[in-house]
Amino acid sequence: MKALAKIISRVIVVEAENVDTDQIIPARFLKTTSKDSLGKYLFYNWKNKDTGIVQNKGAAILLARNNFGCGSSREHAVWALMDYGFRVIISSGFGDIFYNNCLKNGLLCIKLKESEIKELFGIIKKNPNTFIKINLESQTVAIVDNKKIFYFEIDPFRKSYLIMGVDELGYILAHEDKITAYEKNI
Amino acid sequence: MKNGKTLAEKIWNNHVVFQEKLGPAILYIDGHILHEVTTPQAFAALREKRLKVRRPDKTIATCDHNVPTDNQTLIKDPLSKLQVETLVRNCRDFGITLYGLDSPYQGIVHVMAPELGFIQPGMTIVCGDSHTSTHGAFGALAFGIGTTEVEQVLATQCILAKPMKSMEVNVEGIISKGVTAKDVMLAVLAKIGISGGTGFFIEYTGSLIRNLNIEQRMTICNMSTEGGARAGLIAPDKITFDYLRNRKFVPNGKKFEEKVKEWKKLKTDKGAKYSKSVNLDGNKIEPLVTWGTDPASGIKMNEMVPDPKNERDESRRKAKKRALNYMQIKPGRKMESLPIDYILIGSCTNGRLSDLRDAAQIIKGRKVNSKVTAWVVPGSRRVKMLAEKEGLDRIFKEAGFEWRWSGCSACIAMNNDKIPYGKYCLSTSNRNYEGRQGPGVRTFLASPLTAAASAIEGRITDPRIYL
Ligand code: SF4
Repeated sequence: MKALAKIISRVIVVEAENVDTDQIIPARFLKTTSKDSLGKYLFYNWKNKDTGIVQNKGAAILLARNNFGCGSSREHAVWALMDYGFRVIISSGFGDIFYNNCLKNGLLCIKLKESEIKELFGIIKKNPNTFIKINLESQTVAIVDNKKIFYFEIDPFRKSYLIMGVDELGYILAHEDKITAYEKNI
Repeated sequence: MKNGKTLAEKIWNNHVVFQEKLGPAILYIDGHILHEVTTPQAFAALREKRLKVRRPDKTIATCDHNVPTDNQTLIKDPLSKLQVETLVRNCRDFGITLYGLDSPYQGIVHVMAPELGFIQPGMTIVCGDSHTSTHGAFGALAFGIGTTEVEQVLATQCILAKPMKSMEVNVEGIISKGVTAKDVMLAVLAKIGISGGTGFFIEYTGSLIRNLNIEQRMTICNMSTEGGARAGLIAPDKITFDYLRNRKFVPNGKKFEEKVKEWKKLKTDKGAKYSKSVNLDGNKIEPLVTWGTDPASGIKMNEMVPDPKNERDESRRKAKKRALNYMQIKPGRKMESLPIDYILIGSCTNGRLSDLRDAAQIIKGRKVNSKVTAWVVPGSRRVKMLAEKEGLDRIFKEAGFEWRWSGCSACIAMNNDKIPYGKYCLSTSNRNYEGRQGPGVRTFLASPLTAAASAIEGRITDPRIYL
């Protein structure tokens, strides 16, 4: 897992609400046995006007509307987003499984209030070249031009794992004795 | 009772192996189901890290998503073939029992696992598939996970997680004629919306739910994920225990009776508090069909396609416009006037024996409309076998349906069962997202009864005219 602490980048917006993982990567591209090179299938069924992807190639931050990543559990959606270059997604809500999958891969999902998301969309619409600075340590999203700052919440355990870039499996394995003890009692 | 606990909380607490203050729980998993799509990368990671599968005895596998249903063993697509073969190899190398293309138990994960008795009350069940929520029908805590978590469970039989809050969906009343569990669930979704369950485990309660058989309960719990919920569950009772008796993974004789005693305790305490509660009047639920590209867009057959103009919220108005544009249907049209090209009866939502019986009851002695291509895809080989024993296959075939082998089929566009671009498919599956059934395919979700009636008429049809 890639470590993540600070990122400054332009932003790509996705206007639609409730973007399900079938939109992020259609099922016919799930026939792979690897995690690599899925970025080319990102939003494959959409025409470019649906996203902002053409204007802002190279941006590492995705700004989305509510309930992003709902639906299917496919982790391929996360692998595709990361392969495309995204490290952060900002929205007012995420699908539960998707949210989990993201954090387990080092793709930071930032949840802001609906009103703040509206404001951000407004800012990016006005100036698509706006740079945003994400600081995981201080849990902030800052607009570089105008000093505006939004704060976000994140589980402290996950935060530290994201910053260190370490795999959670190691944590579970470190407690193997407890698993063995638990198994004796069932 | 003060400090009462919900059923989901009880099961969760029973499975916490270890938890640091403020940290996530290491949660023990009693049953892990695998399919070919979401597991290859997990096994690859195990190999790379030189790890073994901790409990192959608590893990089963099948192949379903990539399997063609006209001729199961002839997988023409090389990528699909490789994915299925990779699962076969992984199961062999890691000592996992695979109910694959040579097993009479092969089927859609969420159909075959319950048939084996692999899912029992009070268990924690996971699978790299969001419809794992299906298994909550047995009073188990069952939820979908990603591939990284599949790897974690393979290696440690545990995941790292925080509990969801408990939500109650209470449906009182008696189900009317022509109304099925699918319609009840479409009504629930229409009420809570597609993110109404996000962050929750839903428990379904009420007299209507209690009177459903286990297959109907699976239909309900299956679509919990369409409401955004990680899991949906129903307290186990005699209906559950009767289903489980004598199944492969279930202990028999005295041991079974002991289990039942334990299982009977699995219910939400009287004083327990749900974080959110929703009530539906079950007497008023009618057959529903979705008009849009989200599963919460179910409306009655005699209702009209909604006009986005009447939507005050801007982003919702846009979403409706987009959905209508994708579906290429006009506001104001009555749902029951809309023509269809394809019918799919099957999937992990409605591919079980009772679903096929429902549809056959209407199909018997009638003919599929000449403009319609209609498929019945049994959810598992066992469903297929039992249906054939009853002669259901003949009823469908005589009416002009194709009688297929088991698999996910056109519920998801990744196998040979393809619906052409732009066609309308009335499907008993669970997702009508853009492109879900193939690029440009337009999906109406409904019950097997509605699918049967619509197959005959060639347009969306209220099944009650045939009952
Ligand atoms: S039938 Fe459809 S929803 Fe169910 S497991 Fe298969 S692809 Fe997923």
